[in-house]
Amino acid sequence: MISLPWFLGLSAVLFTIGTIGVLIRRNAVVMFMSVELMLNAVNLSLVAFSAHFGDVHGQMLVFFALCVAAAEAAVGLAIIIAIFRNNLSVDITKINLLRW
Amino acid sequence: MFELYFPIAVLAVVAVVLALVLMVLSGILGPKRPDKVKLMPYESGMDPYGQARDRYSVSFYLVAVEFIVFDLEVVFLYPWAVRFLDLDAGAFWAMMVFITVLLLGLVYTLKKGTLDWDSSTAAHNRA
Amino acid sequence: MDLLHDLSYFWPAAITSIGGLAAMMAAAFKTDMRWVNAVAVFTALSATVVAASDLVAGHSGLLFSGMVAHGGTAAFGTFVVSLGTLFTLVLSRSYLEKIGHHYAEVYALILFATTGMIVLASATDLVALFVGLETMSVCLYVLAGLVRERKTGIEAALKYFLLGAFSTGFLLYGIALLYGATMSTSLDVIAATTDKGGLYWAGVGLLLVGFLFKVSAVPFHMWTPDVYQGAPTTITGYMATAAKTSAFVAFILVLGRGLQGSVEQWAPVLEIVALLTMIVGNLIALVQHDVKRMLAYSSIAHAGYALVGLTAGTLSGYDGVLFYLFAYTLMNIGAFAVLAYYETADGQERSTLEQFAGLGWQQPALGVALSIFLFSLAGMPPFAGFAGKYQVFAAAIEQGYITLALVGVLTSAAAAFYYIRVMVYLYFKSPEQPVSLPAVDRLYGWTILLLAGLTILFGVMPSLIVNLF
Repeated sequence: MISLPWFLGLSAVLFTIGTIGVLIRRNAVVMFMSVELMLNAVNLSLVAFSAHFGDVHGQMLVFFALCVAAAEAAVGLAIIIAIFRNNLSVDITKINLLRW
Repeated sequence: MFELYFPIAVLAVVAVVLALVLMVLSGILGPKRPDKVKLMPYESGMDPYGQARDRYSVSFYLVAVEFIVFDLEVVFLYPWAVRFLDLDAGAFWAMMVFITVLLLGLVYTLKKGTLDWDSSTAAHNRA
Repeated sequence: MDLLHDLSYFWPAAITSIGGLAAMMAAAFKTDMRWVNAVAVFTALSATVVAASDLVAGHSGLLFSGMVAHGGTAAFGTFVVSLGTLFTLVLSRSYLEKIGHHYAEVYALILFATTGMIVLASATDLVALFVGLETMSVCLYVLAGLVRERKTGIEAALKYFLLGAFSTGFLLYGIALLYGATMSTSLDVIAATTDKGGLYWAGVGLLLVGFLFKVSAVPFHMWTPDVYQGAPTTITGYMATAAKTSAFVAFILVLGRGLQGSVEQWAPVLEIVALLTMIVGNLIALVQHDVKRMLAYSSIAHAGYALVGLTAGTLSGYDGVLFYLFAYTLMNIGAFAVLAYYETADGQERSTLEQFAGLGWQQPALGVALSIFLFSLAGMPPFAGFAGKYQVFAAAIEQGYITLALVGVLTSAAAAFYYIRVMVYLYFKSPEQPVSLPAVDRLYGWTILLLAGLTILFGVMPSLIVNLF
């Protein structure tokens, strides 16, 4: 068996990659993909804990997290398409009407 | 602990080696007589036209989104179905409520015409 | 049956979700919009009445295998959220008609968001908290981008969505680590943990970051002004009040119920955040020329005042925050409603200070109501805002947070400047061209006056609410 710390480490690394992705990328779609990576990194942690404890609550939370990610994907892509129709770009540095 | 994964490693090596051997063998032994028709990209039997990287109609995205949502309902249905015989009536009715909500969502999306992207009335309904 | 028994204590959420489904069906079958509005308002009204009766009945306990609580803090949160929704629904109709976006879907989304808020405000388990929070957030992302033809509207939706989803990641990671540290997602079990290792503290930290994002505390506030300015005005009022209330009530439940044992560790963190939030929110609000954006920064500052009560970490602090949220809901929905009227009254899209010149004389009742809301937001007696601020500052002083209370009072004084500046423009500046605003929709006007009346009532007699705790 691979022990728990390995899973947690992988999850932390993936979460960090996702966070950095959101912070440095400027394409809304890529930023959104980074957010999804963060959520899935957390899911990995939850499943690892759940298997380690032999307790199903963690896996149950993963179901909800998956559903939330799907709902966010549906809404997020709709928003991104709407903004693409408006601006013909999903570069967030060009979407800057609102500031200060 | 990694010993447990030894059979998988063997399997992976065998798979890779076998694939390589077959590719090399067919490259050496197989006859090669290329012509124009054979080199054409395959597009379900029709003559291909235009670029492969065309933009798709955005309507397909709506179908994709609806697919995600209705696909994920199974995440909740599956554990319920597996344990169905051990559960009480409350679990049954709770799931009926869940399915009813999804059904109402389906009725909404049908009435809005998001699933028939051909007709112009559908485009009108969405606007 | 257990499920039905539990549901009978959780009616407000059930009512709003059924109302939301009804509105969705109305959208599918193109029902007359007057009916949709009436049904939605009736739904919110029933939820409010049921929540109020739960509050007065005074029973409390856990429902759905310990997922949510009823009674006490949860009942009060449910009540304030339902009340905010009720006023939003009543006020939205004429505003949405004027901006040409009066769809049944809006009502469905608002009611679904309210269901999420009620679950969030009564969650005693991190799973219920997460599901409630996301039900609310996903609906609000859509509502923020309601006017998708306008670039600012869709931009607000995009920013809200990206940053909201980003903060969800932190919150969920915090939940996962707390689960790893305590083997449970139940707040009561988490509270009973004695073995607090690195996992526990990392989890608490990430959970705090997630929450501070959602309540728009500095330094996690960057999304708030853009979203509040870009969203349709009555929806902004809804986000600033009901959504913020439910997030704060959930914050109280998490801190007071799950993490009360670690108060010595999280209180200093919240103290710094509260200080920053009060100072930064008020300072940036000082230089705003767009009134809607100014109210957005003021809402950040108000989150800071509410955090002062949380920092105290005592029962009186939490009760102070609850009262503050109630007062804030009344006055802020009112203020945004008057702004919505000025914005749409004669197709001028007024939102900057200069455009407000002389408007106070046009519709005198609305001018007076806006002044009452602004005075109350500034924290002047005898309005509800003062009573709220008094309670949170008193709770902070009890616990020895003198600096916090002092900064709170000083920033409130500075804040009075930008609130009163709006009134100066309303009454003492003359417009460049003469304006005449058409009469306000009758129901709309009376609702605003009712809100103004309640703002005064609970400012004079805060005990009406405080005795309920």
